[in-house]
Amino acid sequence: MKNSELSTQFALPRTGIGIDADFGDSAVEASAARMRAVEESAVVQSIGETPLVRLRRLEAHWRLPDSIELYLKLEWVNPGGSIKDRTALSIIRAGITDGSLTPGRTLIDATSGNTGIAYAMLGAALGIPVTLVVPESASDERKRTLTAYGAEVIFSDPYEGSDGAIRLVREIAAAGTDRFFYADQYNNPANILAHTRTTGPEIWRQTEGKLTHFVAALGTTGTLMGAGSFLKTRGHVTLVGVQPAEAFHGIEGLKHLPTAIVPGIFNPALPDRIVGIDTENAFAAARALARVEGFFAGSSTGANLAAAAGLVVELARQGEPARIVMIGCDAGSRYLTTGLWDAN
Amino acid sequence: MSTDDGIHVLIPTPLRGFTGGEARVDVHGGTVGEALEALAVKFPGLGERLHDEDGQLRRFVNVFVNGQNVRDIAGTATELSPGDEIGIIPAMAGGDAS
Ligand SMILES: Cc1ncc(COP(=O)(O)O)c(C=O)c1O
Repeated sequence: MKNSELSTQFALPRTGIGIDADFGDSAVEASAARMRAVEESAVVQSIGETPLVRLRRLEAHWRLPDSIELYLKLEWVNPGGSIKDRTALSIIRAGITDGSLTPGRTLIDATSGNTGIAYAMLGAALGIPVTLVVPESASDERKRTLTAYGAEVIFSDPYEGSDGAIRLVREIAAAGTDRFFYADQYNNPANILAHTRTTGPEIWRQTEGKLTHFVAALGTTGTLMGAGSFLKTRGHVTLVGVQPAEAFHGIEGLKHLPTAIVPGIFNPALPDRIVGIDTENAFAAARALARVEGFFAGSSTGANLAAAAGLVVELARQGEPARIVMIGCDAGSRYLTTGLWDAN
Repeated sequence: MSTDDGIHVLIPTPLRGFTGGEARVDVHGGTVGEALEALAVKFPGLGERLHDEDGQLRRFVNVFVNGQNVRDIAGTATELSPGDEIGIIPAMAGGDAS
């Protein structure tokens, strides 16, 4: 094949192809056909059923008693590289089912990065145009990943953080209600459902129902609300939410609830406790995980580990046996240009 | 209170609790380190948010001078001229509901 032919073959499509095709007459038929296209997608089929691994080397490193076991759910194994693939898929499914995500509409949302990557990936796989509002301060890796998938990116004021992105997307979505499907991950119940239907049941099955604690970092709070509420209906599981200790922090994806816009899906009555973690401790825990266990995870996973480290001190002192499941939200490679991996 | 010969500092929302809600404040200083020091004196509590116990910039804190990250220039020794703009941004800010 000549170079010129190759370049046509690999030319980038300008518009989405896939579920935007004309599928049938009635709206119901069309939505059913679109759902079939979603379920047939190879990307969609690769989301979820992630491994749950025991962190034996970290248990030994922390000198835990035999009665305390640590487990990590490896969410970076998802095709988009984070737990947010589940959220984005659930939101898109709900939008197609209830008729709000119709052909030609552009999915729009505010995101600190991972949900955006998941939307962008699914948008490419399903032919849904995607526009994302991202704080300009998001790491370069994230911004470039979004454009690689073909999403349109709008930057919000870096000094306003993720809440600035939320305020801006609300304005844009309100001005174009006929053009946009506003996914609204912070208020969309489909975010919770993603974890009630997949993350929670997977953890229950993988631990054979024998977990005592579930530790999840809080961004939209969807993971803790969804998986947590599922696990609570099944057994006596203590739910631990993890947030940055201070408003000014560097744990990407997380919210300091006392000072941030509180997500509409957050139910403060559900967590048994919420732990505040310093950015430095989250970073140190992520570095320890890489060095001791060989798992390369991001700073919010580090925050979950740091929270668990505090918990096991208490449990060991009380002589309580425990099986702690933590979420491994995304991979360390997403933070190579940030301070997370700076030497020392 | 803007002065022409000062350094303008842009404050991210999570730190505006220390500046009485101000998004932009003015200080004096010939280097980034001096300007941040002046900022810490003017707004008690703010310095501890930016620096660790050894006085180093915390690793998630990015400081920009006229749009360029000081880690790519001379760090806190980066020289300033009157009218320069310094920006302080965490790797990802959580924001503020106000
Ligand atoms: C890296 C990372 N960790 C943790 C979370 C928190 O997950 P959730 O939004 O389900 O609370 C997010 C999501 O925003 C994230 O991007």
